[in-house]
Amino acid sequence: MQLPAVDDVSFEVKKGELFGLIGPDGAGKTSIFRILTTLLLAEHGSAWVDGFEVIRDYREIRKIVGYMPGKFSLYPDLTVAENLNFFATVFGTTVKDNYELIKDIYVQIEPFKDRRAGKLSGGMKQKLALCCALIHKPSVLFLDEPTTGVDPVSRKEFWEMLNRLRMQGITILVSTPYMDEATRCDRIALLHNGKILSIDTPENMIKSYPEQLYAIKADQMYLLIKSLRKYPEVLDCYAFGEYAHVSFKIPFEEYLLEAYLGAEGLSGIEIKPTAATIEDYFIKLLKT
Amino acid sequence: MKQFINFVRKEFAHVMRDRKTLLILFGMPVAQILIFGFALTNELKNSKLIVFDQAKDPASQEIIARIEASRYFEVERNLSNAAQLESVFKEGKIKMALVFPAGFNASLLHGHHAQIQVIADASDPNAANMLTNYVSAIIQDYQRSLSKSSLSPYRIIPEVRMLYNPQLKGAHNFVPGVMALVLMLVCVMMTAISIVKEKETGTMEILLVSPFKPILVIISKTIPYLILSLLNVGSILLLSVFVLDLPVNGSVLLLFAESMLFISTCLTLGIFISVKTSSQQVAMLISLMGMLLPTILFSGFMFPIENMPYLLQLFSNIVPAKWFYIIVKSIMIKGLGFSAIWKETLILVAITAVLLIISLKSFKIRLA
Repeated sequence: MQLPAVDDVSFEVKKGELFGLIGPDGAGKTSIFRILTTLLLAEHGSAWVDGFEVIRDYREIRKIVGYMPGKFSLYPDLTVAENLNFFATVFGTTVKDNYELIKDIYVQIEPFKDRRAGKLSGGMKQKLALCCALIHKPSVLFLDEPTTGVDPVSRKEFWEMLNRLRMQGITILVSTPYMDEATRCDRIALLHNGKILSIDTPENMIKSYPEQLYAIKADQMYLLIKSLRKYPEVLDCYAFGEYAHVSFKIPFEEYLLEAYLGAEGLSGIEIKPTAATIEDYFIKLLKT
Repeated sequence: MKQFINFVRKEFAHVMRDRKTLLILFGMPVAQILIFGFALTNELKNSKLIVFDQAKDPASQEIIARIEASRYFEVERNLSNAAQLESVFKEGKIKMALVFPAGFNASLLHGHHAQIQVIADASDPNAANMLTNYVSAIIQDYQRSLSKSSLSPYRIIPEVRMLYNPQLKGAHNFVPGVMALVLMLVCVMMTAISIVKEKETGTMEILLVSPFKPILVIISKTIPYLILSLLNVGSILLLSVFVLDLPVNGSVLLLFAESMLFISTCLTLGIFISVKTSSQQVAMLISLMGMLLPTILFSGFMFPIENMPYLLQLFSNIVPAKWFYIIVKSIMIKGLGFSAIWKETLILVAITAVLLIISLKSFKIRLA
C-alpha cells in the first residue's frame, strides 16, 4: 500500500495572515502547496483559495496566486531583468505597473540585473524568485521552503521582507523545516507524516507547554543524557543544541541532581531553567 | 499578442545563449553536405578510364584528348584486344571503358553517324551514372563543334552498357536525403528537449501556476527552430549549388515552402515527444533511436523502399521524411511543380495536424 503524502489535513488561513507550515522533510508541506496551487489533485477532499475551488476554478486561482517552489525554478540562462520581465508578461502585466510592491526587494538585486539568474548566490536567487512570484500582485502568496539553503543573514532579511508584504495585505503561506522561524508567523500548523499535529499562534503553543524545562550541560554529552534518562524523576530528556532539555515529573532539588550526575562521573555540570520553544512543543507532540 | 512575442523572445534567448548547441545546429548541415558531397565527388574526379581504340583516327584521338583534358577522367592505357576488357574491369580499378569501332572517323565523315560503346562499372550505381553522363556530355560537345562547320549534323551515338547493375538501383542524389536527415535531427531533437527541459528545471511548475495557454508555449518553442532550420535549408542549397554543382531545377520558393512544412512536421513531432516524456535524456534517446533510425531506413534515401517486405513498406508511409524526400527530389532534381507533389504535401499536412492535436491534448496542465 502506498503511504499518503497528506492525510486528513484541514486548516483555514485568514486574509492578510502570515501562515506557516512547519515540519521536517517529508511531512507533506510541498504536497499541500501543490494541491492548493492546483498543481496536484487530491484523492479526496476539497480546498478553496480566495473563494475559488482548487479543481473546478483552477484557471482563476492560477491568475491570482503567486507561487515560489522549493527548488529554484527560474530560467538560469536569462538575466535577472529578463526573468522578471518574462513573468510579468506571462501574467499580462509589466514590471513598471507593480514596481512599488517589489521595490524593497528588487533594489537589492538591481545591481545584478544583467547577470544571468543561474550565476546568482543562493540568497539572491531567492529574492529574485520572490520578485517574480510577486510581480503580478497576487492576493495569496505560496512560498515553499524559501529559506532552505540560504545563509542566516539572508534568512533574517527574507522574513523581514515577508513581514512587510503582509503589511501590504497579501496573504502569505510559507513552509519551513526550521522550527526557529516559526515564531515569525502569525499562526502555524505543525506537520508530521502528512498530518497536522497542531494549529495555533506560536506564542500560544509555547505558553501551553505544560512543564518547566531545564537546560543542562556537561562535558560529556552522551553520558549526560544516558544518566538523566536513568534518573527516576526525569519525565523527558533530549539533546537540544549544546544542551540537554529536561522536564521533571515533580519539582526537583538541583543539588540532588548535581550530586547524582557528579557520582555518574560527569564534569562541568550546568543546570538552568529555560523557556520552551516550538521545537520542544513539537517534540512533545510527537511523543504523545 | 504581447505575451506571445515575449514568449518567443525568451525562447530565442534560450537558443542563442547555448553556444555549443548553436554551433552543432549550424555546423552539422554544412559538415554533412561536405562529407557526403566530397565522399562522392572525390571519387568522380580522376576516375580511371580505359580506351579500346580500334579506329586510331583523328576523330577518336580528338575525343580521347578531350576526355583526358577534363578533370573527371584519367585515361589509363590503350587496350590491344577486346578480351582484355573483362579482366581489367574485374580488377576493380577501372571505372569505365570506351570502345571505338574500326573506321570511326570514316563512318562519321561519310555517314554523318557513328557509334561509341561506353561501358561503366555500375556496382556503384551513383558513380556509374554520373561518369556516363560526363562522357556523353564530352562526346556531345565534340559532336557540336564538329557540326558547326558542316551543313548536315553529325551524330555520334554513345551506346551505354552498365556492367554489374544494369538498372542502376539505388542511384539517388544525396542532397534531398541529407536535407531530410538534417532537418529531422535539428527540429525533432531540439524541440523534444525544450519542453522537457522546463519540466526538469522546475520552471514548468511556475509556468503552470500562471494564466499561460499551452498552445502559446508550444508555438513559441518552435519558432526559433523554424527560423534556424530555414537558414539551414538555405545553407544546404547554397552548398549544393556552389560547392557540389547540383542546381535546383524547380522553383526555389516552392522548395522553401515545402521545407517549411516538413520543418513544422518535425517540430510538432519533437513537441509530441517532449510532452510525453519526463527527462531530457529519454527525450533525446527517443528522438535519436526512434526518429533518426526510421528516417535513414525508411525515407528511401539509403535503401530502396521497393525492395522491402510489404509490412515495412506500409510502415514507411508514416515516416514524414519519406514524403519530404520525394518532394525535394521532385522539385530539385526533376524540376517538377506543385501539381506533381500535392499528394505528398497533403500527407505531411495531415501528419502535422494529427501530431499537433495529440500534443495539445496530452499537454499536462498539472504536475501528476
